[in-house]
Amino acid sequence: MKFGVVVFPGSNCDEDAFHAAKDVFGQDAEYLWHKDTALKGADVVILPGGFAHGDYLRTGAMARFSPIMGAVRGFAERGGPVLGICNGFQILLEAGLLPGAMLRNRGLKYRCEHVHLRVEQTDTPFTAAAVAGQVLRIPIGHGEGNYFAPADMLEAIERNRQVVLRYTDPHGKVDEAWNPNGSINAVAGVCNEARNVVGMMPHPERACEALLGGVDGRAVFESVIKTFRLADLRRAQVPA
Amino acid sequence: MIDPELLQRHGLTSDEYERIVRFLGREPNLTELGIFSVMWSEHCSYKSSRVHLKTLPTEGPQVLQGPGENAGAIDIGDGLAAVFKIESHNHPSFIEPYQGAATGVGGIIRDIFTMGARPIALLNSLRFGPLDAPATRRLLEGVVAGIAGYGNSIGIPTVGGEIAFEPSYAGNPLVNVFCLGVAKASEIIKGVASGAGNSVYYVGAKTGRDGIHGATMASAEFDEKSAEKRPAVQVGDPFMEKLLLEACLEVMQTDALVGIQDMGAAGLTCSTTEMGSRGGAGVEIDVALVPQRESGMTPYEIMLSESQERMLLVVKRGREAEVERIFDKWDLHAVRIGAVTTDGQLRVKERGIVVGEIPNRALTDEAPVYRRPMGEPEYLRDVQRLDLDALLRDGVKAVANDPNAALLALLASPTIASKKWIYRQYDHMVRTNTINLPGHGAGVVRIKGTGRALAMSVDGNGRYCYLDPYRGAMLAVAEASRNVACAGARPLGATNCLNFGNPERPAIMWQFAKAVEGIGAACRALGVPITGGNVSLYNETDGSAIYPTPTIGVVGLLEHADRVVSGRFKETGDVIVLLGPEAAGEIGGSEYLKVVHGAVRGAPPALDLDAERALQSLLVALADERLIRSAHDCSDGGIAVAVAECCFETNGMGAELSLDAVQAARDARINTAAALFGESATRVLISVEPDQLTAVLERATAARVQARVAGNTGGNRLRISVGGAAAIDLAIGEAELAWSTAIDRHFVRRVA
Repeated sequence: MKFGVVVFPGSNCDEDAFHAAKDVFGQDAEYLWHKDTALKGADVVILPGGFAHGDYLRTGAMARFSPIMGAVRGFAERGGPVLGICNGFQILLEAGLLPGAMLRNRGLKYRCEHVHLRVEQTDTPFTAAAVAGQVLRIPIGHGEGNYFAPADMLEAIERNRQVVLRYTDPHGKVDEAWNPNGSINAVAGVCNEARNVVGMMPHPERACEALLGGVDGRAVFESVIKTFRLADLRRAQVPA
Repeated sequence: MIDPELLQRHGLTSDEYERIVRFLGREPNLTELGIFSVMWSEHCSYKSSRVHLKTLPTEGPQVLQGPGENAGAIDIGDGLAAVFKIESHNHPSFIEPYQGAATGVGGIIRDIFTMGARPIALLNSLRFGPLDAPATRRLLEGVVAGIAGYGNSIGIPTVGGEIAFEPSYAGNPLVNVFCLGVAKASEIIKGVASGAGNSVYYVGAKTGRDGIHGATMASAEFDEKSAEKRPAVQVGDPFMEKLLLEACLEVMQTDALVGIQDMGAAGLTCSTTEMGSRGGAGVEIDVALVPQRESGMTPYEIMLSESQERMLLVVKRGREAEVERIFDKWDLHAVRIGAVTTDGQLRVKERGIVVGEIPNRALTDEAPVYRRPMGEPEYLRDVQRLDLDALLRDGVKAVANDPNAALLALLASPTIASKKWIYRQYDHMVRTNTINLPGHGAGVVRIKGTGRALAMSVDGNGRYCYLDPYRGAMLAVAEASRNVACAGARPLGATNCLNFGNPERPAIMWQFAKAVEGIGAACRALGVPITGGNVSLYNETDGSAIYPTPTIGVVGLLEHADRVVSGRFKETGDVIVLLGPEAAGEIGGSEYLKVVHGAVRGAPPALDLDAERALQSLLVALADERLIRSAHDCSDGGIAVAVAECCFETNGMGAELSLDAVQAARDARINTAAALFGESATRVLISVEPDQLTAVLERATAARVQARVAGNTGGNRLRISVGGAAAIDLAIGEAELAWSTAIDRHFVRRVA
């Protein structure tokens, strides 16, 4: 399958996502420049981490206006799988493709470290190969990952099972002491109502090779590859 | 017009002024005076240090680029080069910690990508006053946030570093930043301007009035008025630099580029002059064409501005459109501001009218060189005397009678304690190459597509250098190189950042000269030539100098990335082997003496460079043969601290160790402490699977490195005996708590 990795000016995890897709999982991968308006036949789109346009305004606030975002939105509306990682998640929130918003971390400082995540939902293209309740150890690296949604929205998100990943202790128990940024309900990742667009603050591409100290991020890539194969088998490809 | 007061404000002496008049054959105008003042400042001209720096070893078969360019480069095989350098940003960071540190990171990154290398790792070496002072916490918090803010945003991982806290840095912190990049060896790009008629381009941020005379500021001492110099500190824009980085690397893929240099200290002046000088050419620019952030800027201000994130390029004639297209893609505006000439002059015009004309040679090669007077400092004889028994006679704190309490105190000393509070703020994993996380010894990054990895470490001990600058500087080289070898990498090259006081004082100049001698001796013996670096002088506030602090960065190569060795114990039941000479019980200058007895005295540990070289070669061989599971060097706090650190972050694995008794003093308490906490050099604790022990001991014997089985891993306590008598017995949890919370607890915030 073909991964499209969007490059905004200021993206800095674009090469990491590309490397994971291409070199670790042996898939096709192509960069999608933010000024482009077409997805070059990508079967899955990744909005990578970084500081798009410097993030001197609210994170992601400018990137949502990039020409490529029109194509990403159309792709998402047709059911195409879209994954936003870290800054990519922030951009999806600003673009309204995912519900909620990001605040500065509770401790007001950037945090880079491994965290534990519990897989809450497995009916998304990026968690399909995981087991519900499975605990993944994946790094974070962000200063604004404190997920927030107003009470009614949060209630709807929970009711619709849109919380895909939650910060937990190493045994999968939600515990504020293990919530690295103060996210409400310990939310680490959410999906849209149609479940094809997923945003997550942790970086799965940083945990795909044993040499880097962990392979739990593979589950995210394996999920979308598996989902695509199944869809392919059903000859139900998303029109480009 | 040019009077003594004006000269003084430009940091020029009357002798220097006469020299200027002699070269020009006339009086300079104000613009020219400004240009001379920055180019002849200590920061740009190295006028006090140059005669000493010339003695450093800079050559070796692995060296692709030695000192003199924007950064040094070494051959790392597969047709690739590691390009690296360390630089200081001490003065700006004291005045404005966040921006001072941030722009320090920005500057060193530009030096690396200017060479055509993709920057892939950052390290830093920091020095502050005692952490319990609020002023230190403010500075530390600002500096760390500044390094994080810039490095994280641009997406280059900070993979390691070191920090120490000493009263001598309270009024003058040190911020030294190291950057490493990788380039194709055949495509290293230099900062040269050549080929008459080729175009000189300016690209990046607009020029403002910020940072005018930054280089001159960095060449003066501090006093209470220093805060007024805040406008001389620049503001960093990591996003702009990220665009420049990507666009410049793309331009370098074409062959339209002749040379490129960043505008760092002394901005447009330094880049035009140095590029012309290196290429044996002249450069002519028109300042009116320079993009400006403010209106009404004079040629003087434009030439001296140190606005950040600006690059100067020389592009082949006829290829301009190609280069402009690439910058356009990145929404950067590249402007042609002049051309290369053949006359060797720096010619500055404003709307076509010449406003300054100086031979490049006068600014670079003919800059003054001083052989400043030197004299052994008076304090030395006193502080080198160390009567250990007197330490106890004068009455001691209870901690001196209890080795367990002393170890806990050392582990909680901020210099030794866990630096997680700091490195957690740095993105140390971006680019997915980091294979040895911070806090686990040297920083190690793999080189994608090769199977290899690079290890790097920055080290320096100002207290040692205060007590003996020659030995202290040798020990800094040895430790940085040893840390790299502990990771399993063969040390290949070094870079240095020399932080000292006012060189016009003979005692400081003597410290400087001795330290450079020490660096030279150690680099020669260990086979790590100096490929570049930076000198920071005038690190004084109100007449009191910092400890002389040479910081050494060493880079080494791991042939197989997956054979990297970390500093943490891995398995219960492994054998702990101590590599290196028998304990000599040296505690002069140690962290123990400082923390437990409040004494900064004695001679730093002796260093046998042959033994050091043998030890480091052995470590590389053991790693390559996969014979060891961990390796940790013994430095601050001696063996006891080293073994404790090996146990930390392993889920509470303990260890038992038996050490030989040493005879350092008459008092038994001191002798026990000397065995536990003495900092004798050239010692490394390794852990070995029992089945591999024989092989390890054989390799050590063949390498003529002493090795003795000192204990084993396991349990959940740290137990150390000295000469058969129990000395340390602590639960790992208790020791780790002291170590892991010592820095955090100064920054506790009550937030929901």
